[in-house]
Amino acid sequence: MTSPGARRPVLDGFVLVAVLAVLWQLLHLAVGDLALTSPWRTVVAAAALLQSPDVWPHLAETGIALLQAYAIAVAVGLPVGLLLGAHRLSGDVAEPMLAALYAIPKITLYPVILLIFGIGMPAKIAFGAIHGAVPIVLFSLNAVRTLDPIYLRTARVLRLRPLAVARTILVPAAVPEIFTGLRVGFALTLVGTLMGEMFGAQRGLGYLLMQAMGVHNMQTILSLTLILVAFAVTVSVVLLRVDRRLHRHRAVQTITT
Amino acid sequence: MSAVTRIQIGVLAAACLFVELLCRSGAISPLTMPPPSAIVVDLGAILQSKDMLGQIARTLADVAAAFVLAVIAGFLLGAGLAALPRLRAVIEPILASYYAIPVFVFYPVFVVLFGLNHYPRIAIGFLLAVVTMIINTLNGFDRVPPVLLKSARVMRLGRVATVRHVILPFAALYISTGLKLAVAYAFIGVIAAEFILSGDGMGYEIAYAFNNFENGVMYPLILVLLVVATTVNMGLYAWERRFLARQTAHRDTS
Repeated sequence: MTSPGARRPVLDGFVLVAVLAVLWQLLHLAVGDLALTSPWRTVVAAAALLQSPDVWPHLAETGIALLQAYAIAVAVGLPVGLLLGAHRLSGDVAEPMLAALYAIPKITLYPVILLIFGIGMPAKIAFGAIHGAVPIVLFSLNAVRTLDPIYLRTARVLRLRPLAVARTILVPAAVPEIFTGLRVGFALTLVGTLMGEMFGAQRGLGYLLMQAMGVHNMQTILSLTLILVAFAVTVSVVLLRVDRRLHRHRAVQTITT
Repeated sequence: MSAVTRIQIGVLAAACLFVELLCRSGAISPLTMPPPSAIVVDLGAILQSKDMLGQIARTLADVAAAFVLAVIAGFLLGAGLAALPRLRAVIEPILASYYAIPVFVFYPVFVVLFGLNHYPRIAIGFLLAVVTMIINTLNGFDRVPPVLLKSARVMRLGRVATVRHVILPFAALYISTGLKLAVAYAFIGVIAAEFILSGDGMGYEIAYAFNNFENGVMYPLILVLLVVATTVNMGLYAWERRFLARQTAHRDTS
């Protein structure tokens, strides 16, 4: 993608943040303090929140849950996706079913998960992992499937063993698509983990959010949201940059070969 | 029926049978999950209750409203951004990291703005669905080969005519991906909002049944939701497949 702004991403970032802050301030003036805290006060409150020792256990709880959920999502999603992609019939059978699973509102399944795991850490990890694993499977499945068949024919000519095929051909050729899946999977794992915390937990950021919603403490809601958004956007911008680089690299390759 | 469909049905049936056996043998306690056959029986009872049907209809109406608004707004915004590359470059980071943000945390803001009625839920469904529509519209516009746009210019097509006769037919496939995801997100948004805070709708009923250990209500409602969401999605999927087949057939003959 050639965008004229690509050379000035930092400036663009500042402009974007400034415009959003102005819009926020205007909306704040329009609806009043009770409905929407002003941006400046939210930033101050968020900074204060990050300094208070009460919040850190919650942040740590969410962070640990997120990491574990993501580790499970990758450990399950990647091999399953690669296998389904390599085996035509299983892939054909599984893909529409997985796409349907991807599209259903998984929040409706949360009560079931709570009944199975009980309230606490395992339930949110499971919920986060379910959210993250599906896109990882779908993207790696498609990554393998859309592979140029000539690569595999070459492998057959060279009589490579399946493991060698996976290591030297499947993985390198499919990495850009797989990485996109890992990126999307990370975002969804975060959303899933937070949702899990919102509806059945006694600790974590989602729990704090739900509590603030219960007493309608807009300032806390918004400062927690701000912290979350800052974290989510930072991670996803970094991942997106890697993603673009991988895809660009591949595009150049296909042109030169 | 193709072999693939038959296997899919077989896999689903086997999974149901397996769960049924686990439930009947007591490996899964009825407090966790009633057997699938019992869920279907309960479903029959629920579909007879006027009250429940009303809740289901209300939720589906909210989802439909959020979906339609998101599709229209998302397409227009996507087309607008495609025409303004400079603005698009500035906004791109938001689009790219949007789905990492749990949008439903803004739900309380909407409740204060609109009151505790249907509008905040529609707003959340809309906010979730509109961005995927924008992204996929942009994606579709991006994939149009430059040569087609050049021919459009040679034939002096106006902007609207170019979109209608050149870009839309080409980008329809990507836009249909957007439609599918928009349906899913509209469902997720509306149901999540009902879960968090509301007095009616399916999400509310499911949360209520969960809190009261009424598995006989909760599981059938979950089943209804899954079936409706999957049916809509499968319908769009089938339509997309047919469209794709027709398009490739066109390309091969031309």
